[in-house]
Amino acid sequence: MLKGIDLAVAQGELVFIIGPSGSGKSTLLRCCNRLEEPTSGSVVVDGTDITRPDVDINRVRQKIGMVFQQFNLYPHLDALGNVTLALRKVVGKTRTEAESLGLRALTRVGLAEKAKAYPNELSGGQQQRVAIARALALEPRILLFDEPTSALDPELVGSVLKVMRELRESGMTMVVVSHEMEFARAAADRVVFMDHGAILESGRPEKIFARPEHARVAEFVATISRHA
Amino acid sequence: MELQRLIFSFFNAEVAARYWPDILYGMWVTAYLGAAVIAAGLAAGLGLAMLRSFHFRPASFAIVVFADAFRALPPLVVIIVLFFAFPYVGLAMSAFTATWLALSLVLAAFAEEIFWAGILSVPKGQTEAARSTGMSRLQTLAYVVIPQAVRLTIPPLTNRMIAITKGTALGSVVAVHEIIYYASSGASEAGNPTPLTLGALAYLAIFLPVVLASRWIETRFAWKR
Repeated sequence: MLKGIDLAVAQGELVFIIGPSGSGKSTLLRCCNRLEEPTSGSVVVDGTDITRPDVDINRVRQKIGMVFQQFNLYPHLDALGNVTLALRKVVGKTRTEAESLGLRALTRVGLAEKAKAYPNELSGGQQQRVAIARALALEPRILLFDEPTSALDPELVGSVLKVMRELRESGMTMVVVSHEMEFARAAADRVVFMDHGAILESGRPEKIFARPEHARVAEFVATISRHA
Repeated sequence: MELQRLIFSFFNAEVAARYWPDILYGMWVTAYLGAAVIAAGLAAGLGLAMLRSFHFRPASFAIVVFADAFRALPPLVVIIVLFFAFPYVGLAMSAFTATWLALSLVLAAFAEEIFWAGILSVPKGQTEAARSTGMSRLQTLAYVVIPQAVRLTIPPLTNRMIAITKGTALGSVVAVHEIIYYASSGASEAGNPTPLTLGALAYLAIFLPVVLASRWIETRFAWKR
């Protein structure tokens, strides 16, 4: 349940959403491509109000990439198959065109040599990078990350964050729900703190982490930092 | 002495020589009818399960009623109703058609439940991932959910397919010229049960390859998560 959310993300910006579990972070993110249907209000992506009833949501979603906590790779397809499925079936590329675009996306995440590997043959970090490539292949205007490193073993987190950092440097607009505070400090343009379905505070990472206005934010940041 | 009588009754070469062409023809009818039932029943079952996955209440309700009714009814009753009762409402059909339709409906009911269980077993995240790349509900089903669901459904489906194909024997009641029809009429005509032995061999000849093929398919389609 979300209440009175008013959040604008500029082009090329990396916005981090943090907050306790159940605060509505994931719900907010999933409203951005309507995996979750907002009951009221509007969500505007790249100039299109995606909540309008006449909007072709399948078309809109091609431009809004999403990366999930559990990767959600298709187990019956190899890495290249995962990356090219939507290119072929949704965009209508031929197999050859799709595979060359797919390989380019896999190269961006450093996994071109794993194109023929099936998800069960890849580590968690590699699976998540394939999932990022799957979203990237459609050349989205924005990427949504829903706790992309929460399901990973600690030693595999770095490889995923490295790819995300490179994406940020290439100018990709990104909204990230995550507790990777170090990464937020280093890469985020803005950190948004959510609690009870509302945005309690937002600002530059150094402000949110060092001098938050609300005690609730300070307390949360302290708890997370202790565990990190 | 006893063994000789057994051989005379069940493995009578003279009787076998007389009836094997009939049994062979019955084998063709059984295989043909079975294949037609499997094709129609599986297609209908898969279609219904896909329809059900759209969560449109009236459709789902109708599908559940259909599946429960046809899983509960003995196939023989369905055959008899179609063949003997439907002519009164102007829907006369041949014995072959009645048997095919009845068994197809029963297989569709079971297959729908099996496919549905398979669809439910595919994690929700798979659908969300596919939809987030702009795939429609139908595309998601066709390219992401069904291929995963089908692997899980192969063992229960093969069992069902074998059971229903053996159900073609019920067609003998309305005089479909399949294996049992020839075996039992041959046995009573000859006063010797050897044609039934031939019938049993005919069933083995049809089904052993099917069972072996299903084992091969199960291992081929198995994959680790």
